[in-house]
Amino acid sequence: MLARRVLPVVAASAAGVALLLFPVVFRGPFPLHVMIMTFLFALMAVAWNIMGGYAGMFSFGQAAFFGIGAYTSSWLLVAHGVSPWIGLLAGGATAALTAAAIGIPCSNLRGHYFAIASIAFAEIVRIHFNNWKLVGAAEGLTIPMLPQGLASFQFHQSKAPYYYIALAFLLLALAVSWWVARSRMGYYFRAIKESHDLAMVLGISFVRYRMWAIMLSAFLTGVAGTFYAQYILYLDPESVLILPISVQVVLIAMLGGAGSILGPVIGAVVLVPLSEVTRVELGYKGTGLDMMIYGALITIISVYQPKGVWGLLYGLGARRPAAPDGPPALAGPEGK
Amino acid sequence: MSGQLVQQLVNGLLIGCVYSLIAIGLTLIWGVMNIVNFAHGDFLMLGMFVSFWLYTLYGIDPIFAIPVCALLLFVLGLLVYRYAVSRVMRGPMLAQLVVTFGVAIFLANAAVLLWTPDFRVIDRPLLSGTFALGSVQVSVPKLVASVGSVLVSGALLLFLERTRTGKAILATEMNRDSALLMGINTDRVNALSFGIGSALVGIAGAFLSMYYYIYPQVGGTFGTLSFAIVALGGFGSISGAFVAGILVGLVQTLGGYFFDPAYKYAIVFLLYLLTVWIRPQGLLGW
Repeated sequence: MLARRVLPVVAASAAGVALLLFPVVFRGPFPLHVMIMTFLFALMAVAWNIMGGYAGMFSFGQAAFFGIGAYTSSWLLVAHGVSPWIGLLAGGATAALTAAAIGIPCSNLRGHYFAIASIAFAEIVRIHFNNWKLVGAAEGLTIPMLPQGLASFQFHQSKAPYYYIALAFLLLALAVSWWVARSRMGYYFRAIKESHDLAMVLGISFVRYRMWAIMLSAFLTGVAGTFYAQYILYLDPESVLILPISVQVVLIAMLGGAGSILGPVIGAVVLVPLSEVTRVELGYKGTGLDMMIYGALITIISVYQPKGVWGLLYGLGARRPAAPDGPPALAGPEGK
Repeated sequence: MSGQLVQQLVNGLLIGCVYSLIAIGLTLIWGVMNIVNFAHGDFLMLGMFVSFWLYTLYGIDPIFAIPVCALLLFVLGLLVYRYAVSRVMRGPMLAQLVVTFGVAIFLANAAVLLWTPDFRVIDRPLLSGTFALGSVQVSVPKLVASVGSVLVSGALLLFLERTRTGKAILATEMNRDSALLMGINTDRVNALSFGIGSALVGIAGAFLSMYYYIYPQVGGTFGTLSFAIVALGGFGSISGAFVAGILVGLVQTLGGYFFDPAYKYAIVFLLYLLTVWIRPQGLLGW
């Protein structure tokens, strides 16, 4: 009895220490890059999960919010010298406002219809940024090199500060996700997901709550976009606004287990290192082999593990009466 | 000035007919089994490449490649249905959405691996050139492609409404459980619909190969457009897809003409979003 209570705490602390020490142990740029991308995509998948996993709106247009966040902060910095930290909030807010604008026409769409509308919306955004002179059109924006430091949100000598910032953002998003899941709003989201009609009969304004879910999700995704821009220091429509980014986010959430708090993180931990490594190992020739394997993997996962890793673990846990529905301690091995 | 406008209208109509054929293939699958085949555009790409290689390797003109494209894509559709789609149909909604994305990424990159990302054209198709109709220039391959697309769409409608198999497909589309109770093997209907939907887009690929660039990523734009067309026309509605396809062709060319060619697809998607705002079920959906 005691062991079951203590074990998760011990495992979580061990994972926490491991995560904090990772940049000290692995100093090479590649391991840190993989971890940063993992945190970044985990952050986006957690954000997707709020609208997709909880509220049942399967968005395939998250790249639009990601790109809007990245472009907002970068443009503010390039054109007006605004601090990226203010840009971060502005980027999130712009993404959330755009989400509200697109949420209105999509408020009555469900299932496939919502998915396709989100693709169409993201395409409009991509085409517009590709032609918008103010933000460099197809050539994109280059962020000027500033003296490094927390204030300028630029670090040139080591990737370690980016690592800790990404980790902090991810933890923040998880806290938001946890709060949403426990709040009254979270229950409304799930009620809407189960049945729009029933939720409406119960007096839940699904238009309003769906709107909250979309805006919250877009805000966090916009923050991820700003982080990405400050990390890469260059962005163009082809690197932040394209459909494959949106698909990858959905996939990570699905693989980990949509609808659970930690599921998207698990999905990112499995998929992002895999795709980064195959890209480096196989992708350098531009033969398409890495993406071919990736595509096959998506199909195989959907066929054989559609409920995600979380569903698998959950299923295993449920079979053992000793471990009821408490969150299994699984942050340990993933943290490395 | 107005001559140019008429020219744009004609161009829009010509490409719209091909859009209709592509979208009808998609809507058949969507309507019968409630699956969006996100690999639809990549099936189109394969149809174009089949036509291209038949021409390049064996000197077979695209117009004669049509049956081969139809057959190969039919088989591909059956395989994708059997080994991927049919296995997720009872699974979570999200898996149903994602499964064909995997197929799409796989096919597009397999094409890159096999044939490089280069742009190719069929340089001298049997049917080429243009003729003047008053002040309007009509491209022969485009005309053939659109007339052919309309004929194939019409043939599909005849098949669906006049044959027992076709009626079984329509019945399944209307109500799967009732169809099953009436003794229709709905799993076979699913497989057949997936095959026919894929064959239709293969035929469209052969038509497009007569005048369009052929490259591994060509499916992206056509695919996204066809999803919007189908959703615009209405869930599983074949006549809706036909009307919406032509409408999208016209909006695209006119939008490019009056506004900015770079924004022509953005205008189409905007029209689609505005339409589903007012009518979530699409133009002719129910």
